[in-house]
Amino acid sequence: MTDPVLDLISKERSARSARHSDVTGVRYLLHMAYIEAHDLAKTYTPKGAPAVHALDGLSLSVPQGTVTALLGPNGAGKTTAVKVLTTLIRPDSGTATIDGIDVQTDGDQIRRMIGVSGQYAAVDENLTGFENLDMIGRLYHLGAKASRRRARELIELFDLTEAQNRPVKGFSGGMRRRIDLAGALVIDPQVLFLDEPTTGLDPRSRLGLWDIITRLVAQGTTVLLTTQYLEEADRLADDIAVIDHGTVIAQGTSDELKSSIGGQRVELSLVSEGDSDAAVAILRSVGTAAPEVSSDRRTLAVTVANGPTALQAVLGQVERDGIRLHDAGMQRPTLDDVFLQLTGHSASADDEKEKAS
Amino acid sequence: MTTAVREPATGAPRAASTASWFSDGWITTRRNLIKIKRVPDILVFTTLQPIMFVLLFSYVYAGSIDIPGSDYKEFIMAGIFAQTVVFGSTYSGSAMAQDLKEGIIDRFRTLPMSPSAVLVGRTNGDLLINGISMLVMIATGLVVGWRVRSSPLEAIAAIALLLLFAYAFSWVMAFIGMSVRSPEVINNVSFLVLFPLTFISNAFVPSENLPTPLRVFAEYNPVSALVQAARELFGNVPPQTPVPDTWTQQNPVLTVLIGIVVLLSVFVPLSIRKFSQISSR
Repeated sequence: MTDPVLDLISKERSARSARHSDVTGVRYLLHMAYIEAHDLAKTYTPKGAPAVHALDGLSLSVPQGTVTALLGPNGAGKTTAVKVLTTLIRPDSGTATIDGIDVQTDGDQIRRMIGVSGQYAAVDENLTGFENLDMIGRLYHLGAKASRRRARELIELFDLTEAQNRPVKGFSGGMRRRIDLAGALVIDPQVLFLDEPTTGLDPRSRLGLWDIITRLVAQGTTVLLTTQYLEEADRLADDIAVIDHGTVIAQGTSDELKSSIGGQRVELSLVSEGDSDAAVAILRSVGTAAPEVSSDRRTLAVTVANGPTALQAVLGQVERDGIRLHDAGMQRPTLDDVFLQLTGHSASADDEKEKAS
Repeated sequence: MTTAVREPATGAPRAASTASWFSDGWITTRRNLIKIKRVPDILVFTTLQPIMFVLLFSYVYAGSIDIPGSDYKEFIMAGIFAQTVVFGSTYSGSAMAQDLKEGIIDRFRTLPMSPSAVLVGRTNGDLLINGISMLVMIATGLVVGWRVRSSPLEAIAAIALLLLFAYAFSWVMAFIGMSVRSPEVINNVSFLVLFPLTFISNAFVPSENLPTPLRVFAEYNPVSALVQAARELFGNVPPQTPVPDTWTQQNPVLTVLIGIVVLLSVFVPLSIRKFSQISSR
């Protein structure tokens, strides 16, 4: 996937990492855990349905001034975790603190230091873009003058001039989304929570959003975002926490995660299924795990540590063995790969199971 | 430590205080006023429907329903007032459910605002709508021949009592709206509950003519107390009406006042508590 926005963001992030690189390894010591969640549990019991363990012993540690992504499929508990940290719901058990302040007992203090943009654009349809942002500023108790000035600044920043003086009703989803994101930035928050922030944003707005976030992070803001896409987490975040069934199953930089799941994949598509045994043997010799074979035995894949080298080796051996190919290639790991490796089940299969039940 | 690098340009977010209780309430009230201004069907409905009711009842039923010693128009107005303001309170229910559905409650709940502000603003919105409806109904009533037979002070007391009762009922509806969560269900159910509640009362016919089970219901119905209180304060009680035998009908103003205090003292804290726990799904 080549995405100019993500590429740019990625470069920015690399530059940021480079600043930290002198002290790589002691980064966690320099950045004390700012957001701490310990053993959070939350169970919903819908009427006539089995209990849902939205959070099942989730623990998380987010260093200050970094971007951390919660990565996981739908229903993994990402949004529930964000809701606990933003004081929207109380966990059944466990503790969570931001800068040492308890989110359950000192909610009002927490709410003064956070900016939140939820999964759905939480804007008042009958108010104009300006009125929405101005209202939020006043409810942060910034005062009338500062609220108006900040609303105007954000309208400029998020390219909302069109929606400035017209009721939000009638504007596109992307426009509402931008107003909502702007709402999360009415104060320069110490912690910014973004639940699936790039959903519904056009490339230009995403660039604008990231530009603002980068500046905030440079000032010391901590960002916690959720995403379903590894690609996005990879490019946007310093750290990734992989979440499944309400708990963090792995946390680390994208490089750490990728190497833990075998880096890349080599895929072969065979002309004849008769060659499959020979091809499996070739893949086995380069792979870090057992090769996967499709049901028609003509599409094979294996995770490898070093993609290009493995692909070259595979193609050389394929030629020597006289195996005919439709296609051969190398892939970066997908969310599915991460899940398969970490949990033994695939993320999409999990979705289907949820739908079926 | 991060606050030091933060530009003071936007001012510092502050916690809710007593002063902000008022300002937060005003900000959310203004939000609802803007809605009334921008969604014309609310205003059209709240003005046209009462006019329609006054006209229908005073011209369609007035000829057929005989109130001894009184004109039906005189009798019916308090009933229409009560019914209209009670229905006007249901907006708080559907609006809270709608806010919850759209996720804006989540936005409000992550702000350091007073936890009662959204509800205060919402119920104030209903109060304004009901105030407008009252003015329209009074004007229409005067046009069709209804008259206040008491003092201006008592008439003002009647209007205040009607609006206060409806305001207290708005808090009940707001609580229901947050519990039921579906604006459509709220609309349909309040129709199903409030129509019998307002009709099985003394609002449109004298309750002593009703069959016994309905009469008993009507005599203890809070809407009947409200109607009776308004009727007394406007001086519209038919002179030949027999002395009612229930305490609530003998002391309607006091009954309604007690009702308002009870509803507010139960549902204001209950609604604020509910608000501090809800979140969109």
